[in-house]
Amino acid sequence: MPKIPLSWLAESVSLAPETTPEEVATALARVGLEEEGIHGPGVKGPLVVGRVMSLVKEQQSNGKTINYCRVDVGSHNDPAGPGHKPDHKVDYPSSKGIVCGARNFVEGDYVVVVLPGAELPGPFPISGRKTYGHWSDGMICSSRELGLGDDHDGIIVLQSPSGESAEWGGYGDAELTPGQDAIALLGMDESTIEINVTPDRGYCFSVRGVAREYAHATGASFTDPAGIDVTGEAGTGFEIRLEDQAPVRGRVGCDRFVARIVRGFDPAAPTPTWMRGRLEAAGMRSISLAVDVTNYVMLELGQPLHAYDLATVTAPIVVRRAVPGESIVTLDDATRVLDGEDLLITDSEGGHAHRPIGIAGVMGGALTEVSATTTDVLLEGAHFDPITVARTARRHRLGSEASRRFERAVDTQLPPVAVQRAANLLAELGGGTIEAVYTDVADVAPVAPIEMDADFPARIVGVPYTTDQVVDSLTQVGCRVEKDGGVLIVTPPTWRADLEGPINLVEEVARLQGYEGLPSVLPIAPPGRGYTHSQIVRKSVARSLAEAGLTQVLTYPFISEKRLDELMLPEDDQRRDVVRLANPLSAEMPLMRPALIATLADAVRVNLGRGSQSVAVYETGRAYLSRLVGDIPATYSGTSITPDDVERLNEAIPGQVRRVGGIMAGHRVEAGWNGPAVDWAWTDAMAMVERVERACGVVLEILPDVPEGSGRISTAPFHPGRVAMYCLDGEIVGAAGELHPKVCENLGLPARTVAFELLLDPMIAESEGVLVTASPVSQQVLAKEDFAFVVPVSVAAGDLTEAVIAAGDGLVEDARVFDVFTGPQVGEGRKSLAINVRMRDADHTLTAEEVLAVREAIIAAAGEKFGAVLR
Amino acid sequence: MTELSPLDAAGVEAAVEAALAAFAQANDLDELKEARLAHTGDKAPLTLANRGIKDLSKEDKAAAGKAMGAARAAMGRALAARTAELEAERDARVLIEEAVDVTLPATRQATGARHPLETLQERMCDVFVSMGWEVAEGPEMEAEWFNFDALNFDPDHPAREMQDTFFVDPPSSGLLLRTHTSPVQVRAALERRDLLVEEGRGIYVVCPGKTFRTDELDATHTPVFHQIEGLAIDEGLTMAHLKGTLDHFAKAMFGPEAVTRLRPSFFPFTEPSAEMDLRCFVCGGDDAACRTCRGTGWIEWGGCGMTHPNVLVAAGIDPSKYTAFAFGMGVERTLMFRHGVADMRDMVEGDVRFSQQFGMEI
Repeated sequence: MPKIPLSWLAESVSLAPETTPEEVATALARVGLEEEGIHGPGVKGPLVVGRVMSLVKEQQSNGKTINYCRVDVGSHNDPAGPGHKPDHKVDYPSSKGIVCGARNFVEGDYVVVVLPGAELPGPFPISGRKTYGHWSDGMICSSRELGLGDDHDGIIVLQSPSGESAEWGGYGDAELTPGQDAIALLGMDESTIEINVTPDRGYCFSVRGVAREYAHATGASFTDPAGIDVTGEAGTGFEIRLEDQAPVRGRVGCDRFVARIVRGFDPAAPTPTWMRGRLEAAGMRSISLAVDVTNYVMLELGQPLHAYDLATVTAPIVVRRAVPGESIVTLDDATRVLDGEDLLITDSEGGHAHRPIGIAGVMGGALTEVSATTTDVLLEGAHFDPITVARTARRHRLGSEASRRFERAVDTQLPPVAVQRAANLLAELGGGTIEAVYTDVADVAPVAPIEMDADFPARIVGVPYTTDQVVDSLTQVGCRVEKDGGVLIVTPPTWRADLEGPINLVEEVARLQGYEGLPSVLPIAPPGRGYTHSQIVRKSVARSLAEAGLTQVLTYPFISEKRLDELMLPEDDQRRDVVRLANPLSAEMPLMRPALIATLADAVRVNLGRGSQSVAVYETGRAYLSRLVGDIPATYSGTSITPDDVERLNEAIPGQVRRVGGIMAGHRVEAGWNGPAVDWAWTDAMAMVERVERACGVVLEILPDVPEGSGRISTAPFHPGRVAMYCLDGEIVGAAGELHPKVCENLGLPARTVAFELLLDPMIAESEGVLVTASPVSQQVLAKEDFAFVVPVSVAAGDLTEAVIAAGDGLVEDARVFDVFTGPQVGEGRKSLAINVRMRDADHTLTAEEVLAVREAIIAAAGEKFGAVLR
Repeated sequence: MTELSPLDAAGVEAAVEAALAAFAQANDLDELKEARLAHTGDKAPLTLANRGIKDLSKEDKAAAGKAMGAARAAMGRALAARTAELEAERDARVLIEEAVDVTLPATRQATGARHPLETLQERMCDVFVSMGWEVAEGPEMEAEWFNFDALNFDPDHPAREMQDTFFVDPPSSGLLLRTHTSPVQVRAALERRDLLVEEGRGIYVVCPGKTFRTDELDATHTPVFHQIEGLAIDEGLTMAHLKGTLDHFAKAMFGPEAVTRLRPSFFPFTEPSAEMDLRCFVCGGDDAACRTCRGTGWIEWGGCGMTHPNVLVAAGIDPSKYTAFAFGMGVERTLMFRHGVADMRDMVEGDVRFSQQFGMEI
């Protein structure tokens, strides 16, 4: 995001010298430019000018030669006399001792010295230290160390009175004094403010745009830096052709192209320090004067520019779409294979529009870039379509300063101005001559005016703006406003492509008039329908499980491929139909969980790993099954949608039923002073299901296994002999019991960990709208009878109790197994089930005869159905 | 011991005195029982003397009987009184002796808890349901159209990339993990459109739920997080109503002192758009070194704005007749501010100790 040096901002908007960056940030926030950071000067002093008084070359044992220098740094000098240990045996004149490895300087040169106590960007604090047998008080700096570019191998030589060293930065004529502050000298004393520019405000990727916004926020006077005169005349300069044969979404890729030649430019001319400082403060590096100028103008005005070495370009330059498979080597030396939608700048070397020399609005080509010998420069300032640039930048993962601006729309009127500004700077700083005639090929559609009721902003915002206020705000942002009765005809400025309709104008009025003035009015909604049945029941489920001792967790739904195997899901299990992410956070975890247990296990492990002996957790949430992913794409392209279309899209969206699941490991009751520990058991998992059933108001059928014909459902990840499968209307909706011993091992869970998982949505749907019809509560005396039946081991206790209740013909209130027993007494292959039966009638106390009759009916039914024998 | 004569008034009186002294001296109910047997039992002098009355002359009988009756009544009263005293003492002692150490752990059962992000969402919803709003929900794995196109995100606009979206494989499926709960706004509006258009019932909904963005987990980011969004569509709604709703919500969540501020911003689905800030409740805006608000005096709570006409059109609602506002805030951020949670990782790692601090409500 753009970083704006305050001194640069102050060139376009009146900014009192004492204004702090924080004050600027606060002002800009009022109009919608959020501060992302405030950066002080990158270097903290002392950074000073030094004069090299003496320089002694010393060969080191590692083969390197270092220079031991005594440098005059004025008021920072040590007094004359012996140096610091180990240089204390020599008397030095007033100076500092510094060790330096560079070879591009000689005695008498003026250099830049960073002294102890200073800090270079990094941050890299400087202190005095012993090195190469000397005490060295700081460093003689290179431009790289100061972040001022990397075009010099050695240190910065500001002036070389002897003429033996190459001077840097154009300080040859400056008055330099040893000890003088070099931070200001080098233009490194900038405070910058970094701004988060929202996608609709492309024009704020420039000093020009931010200055305008600052003026809006504070009322400070604004001077448009684009208000410079364009000299010369548009005509037949360098020939340019716009030949977009395949506009994207009906929009031509380039609707304006300005080209202008600057001849006789000195390729050795250095970039002046003030410009380097600003580029650096704005986050760009200095490269060469020609490139620096184009970047500088882009930062200032927001118009990306390109400089070609005129000698390498063959007219005409043609803007066209790429031929699929065509390639270009871009400035970053990467070869890019192009797509038919990419817009190219080509020249006619080898034939008309034959050679790509740049990807329009994204990056220039390597072949035609300005070099150290370029004397004639061709400047390009063009306007490219945001969509074309955005798609190309994304396609090639090649975001650049240029593409960032073009994809947010650049002012169509800027190209000739920006080119003029760049040409002026090249002429001024590099001694070139601007050709009088330039090329301006333009096919820019005029900005369409927007009609808006003058009171529309007031109706939307709820503040009674006057028409004058509305007109004033819109005029301030650069709109041309005409009144036609109660209607305003508003023509947005060319830099505000985001102003597309009346509603956009409302925002401009609202933010310029200030959001602070908004009244606060609580709207009165019509009576609502309250929470839905599902919302009420889900809360009840969640609460019920927490009350049973389970802790709710929220696990990430991402899993690895391996997890499916760890859960021992058979190859044909429907939970293998997982949804895969195209761009997972971690390549290891590309799948969406097909069940809650798949990720709950991780939460259990986290707790065990942090010292818990026992863990009981649950989650209410969705798991995802890839029903139909890709078969019917969930795509739609209208601007509005009908319920039928929604239905169709919903069909194409993967199944993501709400579920509830839990895992319990270790002790349900901890050992304590008043009793021993009790483990979480498979029965507890089933008890949790009972709680969920009660919360949902449904009763599920319990099956000891997956019945034939249930489709691709298995008992995994449960212990096949210790799992209850739950059924609702013939469909399996969940399971509870002990996890498979191998699954426990795979997931790092303790042996005999128990778990449950249920599909909540179908259970909740079952009770939607169903009202309990109350039965009267009987006041009669209860009769109790116990039975001990011996049955084959295969008989399920639940089946037997169900038969017992049925045999009572309405008189049996409840039948409950209270003991299970196997052993030699009951015989091989048999078990004893002791059942307590409670009997009661609604209107009278049962007589002894009636109780006996029920008892006999129970015995008969149990014998008949299960071969049960009373013990 | 010589037998006491029932006519020996001094002797009877002495015997009564002796009995009363013995009762008084009894230190517990057992000693009292012994004293009772000694002084009122079959072999006690007064009992024996009483028995002797029948051998007395008629005129002596009456006097002796009266004296004896008085003596026995006096002993009975003393005995009853002393019994009551000693029983009370005993009962009191038993209660003391039976005292337990109530600081011993009372339960050994596992203790459960709700996750605070869930209970916080419920509490947020309660605020709105109590105003007549409804709670709308929708799928987490969503069609791209609902997540972006319906919300006025142009396919080629850079705003689409602000969202760091998880896409479902294959990309041609048109599916993603929703990056915000805003797609529910369009679904909810569509479901209620007839009520709005035919019965003039304004649409007022909040949409809480899970959302996803490709952020790495750190102290302030999590790839899976929760939002609550609000949408109101009605005739004549303005930004002032948005501000009023936010003020009410902020006070409900953070107390009557809560102060909000709106700042211009950009979202494709609202215009005008705003960021919503809360006055920093740590420093109140008075501490330039405050770590919570970084000295700005404000903390960002969410985004909001007037719903863009294109979004209403997407749901088949006429933007020239109805206006709408929408807002959304992060539930995690709210939990952090409201309960001083410093690190988001605590919310997502599944360590039960985190949830257990909050219990069942928030």
